[in-house]
Amino acid sequence: MLQRVDDRTADAVSVVPAIEVSHVTVSYPNGHQALRDVTFSLDAGGICGLVGINGSGKSTLFKTLMGFIRPTTGQVRLNGMPVARALKTNIVAYVPQAEDVDWNFPVLVEDVVMMGRYGHMGFLRIASRADRDAVDSALERVGMSAFRKRQIGELSGGQKKRVFLARALAQEGRIILLDEPFTGVDVTTENAIMELMRELRDNGHLMLVSTHNLGSVPDFCDQVVLINKTLLAAGPTQTVFTQANLEKAFGGVLRHFQLVGANLHDDDDPRGVTVLTDDERPLVFYGEQSNLRHATGTPHPPEDAA
Amino acid sequence: MTELLVPFAYDYMLKALWVSALVGGVCAFLSAFLMLRGWSLMGDALGHAVVPGVAMAYMLGLPYAAGAFVTGLLAAGGMAFVRHVTSLREDAVIGVVFTAFFAAGVLMASINPIAVNIQSIVLGNILGIDDNDALQVAIISAVSLLVLLAKWKDLMLVFFDESHARAVGINPMRLKILFFTLLAACTVAALQTVGACLVIAMVVTPGATAYLLTDRFGRLLVISVSMGTVTSFVGAYVSYFLDGATGGVIVVLQTLLFLTAFVFAPRHGILAQRRSIATAREQAV
Repeated sequence: MLQRVDDRTADAVSVVPAIEVSHVTVSYPNGHQALRDVTFSLDAGGICGLVGINGSGKSTLFKTLMGFIRPTTGQVRLNGMPVARALKTNIVAYVPQAEDVDWNFPVLVEDVVMMGRYGHMGFLRIASRADRDAVDSALERVGMSAFRKRQIGELSGGQKKRVFLARALAQEGRIILLDEPFTGVDVTTENAIMELMRELRDNGHLMLVSTHNLGSVPDFCDQVVLINKTLLAAGPTQTVFTQANLEKAFGGVLRHFQLVGANLHDDDDPRGVTVLTDDERPLVFYGEQSNLRHATGTPHPPEDAA
Repeated sequence: MTELLVPFAYDYMLKALWVSALVGGVCAFLSAFLMLRGWSLMGDALGHAVVPGVAMAYMLGLPYAAGAFVTGLLAAGGMAFVRHVTSLREDAVIGVVFTAFFAAGVLMASINPIAVNIQSIVLGNILGIDDNDALQVAIISAVSLLVLLAKWKDLMLVFFDESHARAVGINPMRLKILFFTLLAACTVAALQTVGACLVIAMVVTPGATAYLLTDRFGRLLVISVSMGTVTSFVGAYVSYFLDGATGGVIVVLQTLLFLTAFVFAPRHGILAQRRSIATAREQAV
């Protein structure tokens, strides 16, 4: 944390993108094409939202980044390395969706976080002092130290997320993939997670976050990748996360409310309000332009777009 | 008093005792993993699937363990393959594959009745085990145990969260193949002690019992392996006096321990649950 400035300059020097996806097409054995010719690249030190409808290929993209699926054509490079080699160097951390975890598994909170250290341990996975310290500080950082002896199924939705976030912290991966981190999480935890992500970004980590939570994307993402089987748009949130692009990404799936004129307000402000939502926190546009504002009314913080 | 020591005076009893204990321990180790993924029935399936291998090995004059191991692996591979290609559920796949193998075994044994004593495969015959078989079982169990001791943490991670296993550089596929190879090998070993029908108990009950007693996987392994070892040893010992099938005695002992845990386990037992519901009610009032 103290080295925040140094970290950034160090990363600015490195020219290799943290995630580089070039012309990736993924077809399943049954002929279904899940991704078609997807190309984008992301640099270290950022938070990127991955947005698309269910079945748009978000999880296929994650699986490809993790090497579960080999692209039919095209390639993925992480920090300039092929996926398999990158995984060996322990640079990718993964925070799974809540429903992908067996919450009855007989492990305690601290055991799960310790799993983040396995890549740093030897053949028999015996924890060293450094490993235990890393677990302690990761738990401290997500505010879960008091729960370390709990079995994971005894936690609330938000606490569960924090545990897996702590595991990613303990792993010290430079690239963190988060699969729907805000689903089933209360607002306090959501804000805490976002705050933590901002800290990590400032330390030079790259986070790729798949989310349905359209309303908070402008809040915490400085980049956005929009997909629907293929890449629709990728780039800085301000230029990419527009109403036009979102309509392209979601088609008729989004709930779309438009309130204009006397229906909306009785004053001289001529702007209408557009609300886009897929049933989580809604995204609100004022007027025609992508003058992004949060549903709760807080203006988009300028430093996020930097 | 001296009467109780009588079993230790016989070589065949001593052999039965330590072989049973070894097999019981290593099967219990595997059981801790199997029940975590809802794969418990795989043990049963493999237990039956090795029967044709044993029959074939007897016909060809090969060591029974080799034949059993081959068909065991074939069955495990077959199940994985059918599961991968079709969208059938696991239970259906397991059911179809293992009955196919078992039927083949029964057919072979019935066509060539002198070759195999099918009863000794189905019910096990640890008291009659010869030195060669005992050695085979001992080697299989000891190697499996060593591999498991070295790799249990990696296996736990793969069973818990494959994505994360990948993220720390572990290849989940390789470890799963390792696990099912060990399972097939140990099923073969367990055939001799308790027989094909009761293998399932050896690779389920100890893990299930330990699961009720702890929330930490490391402890779960210790409890499960101790229970498997002790019940198998004691079971073989008691079967001398009862003059009954060793497998039956071992499994009955394990079941008794399971029932005890089921009732008295400190957090997951019936009594504990009653208590916590009662406390919750009191607090509500």
